[in-house]
Amino acid sequence: MAENISFQKVTTEYYDVLKELGNIGAGNATTALAQMLQAKVDMKVPQVRLLDFKDVGEVMGGEEQMVVGIYLAVEGDITGSIMFVLEQHAGRDLVSRLMGMPPAEGEFNEMEISAMKEIGNIITGAYLNSIAMMTNLKILPSVPDLSVDMLNAILSVPAIEFGIMGDQILLIQTVFTDDVDLNGYFILMPDLESYSKMLGALGISI
Amino acid sequence: MANIVKVGMADLNVCKSPDGITTLGLGSCVGICIRDPIAKVGGLAHAMLPDSTQIENNSNRFKFADTGIEDLVKKLVAMGGSRARFEAKIAGGAQMFAFQNKSDMVRVGERNVEASKKKLRELGIPLKAQDTGLNYGRTIIFYPETGDLIIRSAGKPEKKI
Repeated sequence: MAENISFQKVTTEYYDVLKELGNIGAGNATTALAQMLQAKVDMKVPQVRLLDFKDVGEVMGGEEQMVVGIYLAVEGDITGSIMFVLEQHAGRDLVSRLMGMPPAEGEFNEMEISAMKEIGNIITGAYLNSIAMMTNLKILPSVPDLSVDMLNAILSVPAIEFGIMGDQILLIQTVFTDDVDLNGYFILMPDLESYSKMLGALGISI
Repeated sequence: MANIVKVGMADLNVCKSPDGITTLGLGSCVGICIRDPIAKVGGLAHAMLPDSTQIENNSNRFKFADTGIEDLVKKLVAMGGSRARFEAKIAGGAQMFAFQNKSDMVRVGERNVEASKKKLRELGIPLKAQDTGLNYGRTIIFYPETGDLIIRSAGKPEKKI
């Protein structure tokens, strides 16, 4: 990690860039979701929010709400990670549409988990692709890892990564609308060096 | 009716018996509960990172296990607690995902637990019980009256330590 860059000095610019990348990425992710489900999926304008750690759980619908977290490492020209979070019932709904089966109850079974990982892969992949295209940087996502648990427990992972640099977390909330609204959250976590690379690639110098 | 005080991520708070204190959905973070069984005051710190000295931006003392515990102890003393009687229980420090790519993130849950225990030892506060590690989230409720720490996890029976 680049110790010579002060995160606080660049925070505003950093979040502006992430916000812009987030908007474009969400658009791409929506298209990918529509293709995967072979259905028309719309997206509401993504909300980008910068939240204090202690408030984030409540804002996202309750600290103990059950959610699916899909977490990928990013390598290549930039390094870091990305997480996609959605409510468990929304995840269940997506899986049942994808597999053409009625939604099940209780814990996810093996097949549902692997379908959920695939959905996460496609959505985050679309997201990262748009960043790669904008910046001309090579971005290689890892195999996704999935965890179903209480929202705050899942969020502790990205929060800790942000915690190394500051006291807030940046959320990109994307509402996909189909028959029902699906609430999804993207959390991008490039490390500091990657951040300056991304800014540089976009023609901004710090 | 007793109140339950809520503590957020990277935060800490204290309460007096019969009230309890809770934090919801601990993941890799660690919850450190300390009480004085005679004065019946207690508190909870929800720490995200192990060591404030390893991080440049460390102004938020509650974010770290070491400085969070120090501040929690100070608050309890200010409420009439006695250091000599303090006892602690800790929970959390799970590894939520199987892989963690960054060196900073490797075993962060485990390191949070280790750092908490180290700080408690330094301050001479006995650790009465712990429920840490593994791969699932925990909601915890601590009662300074009895010292009971209740742990709730998704799809698992409630636990008391």
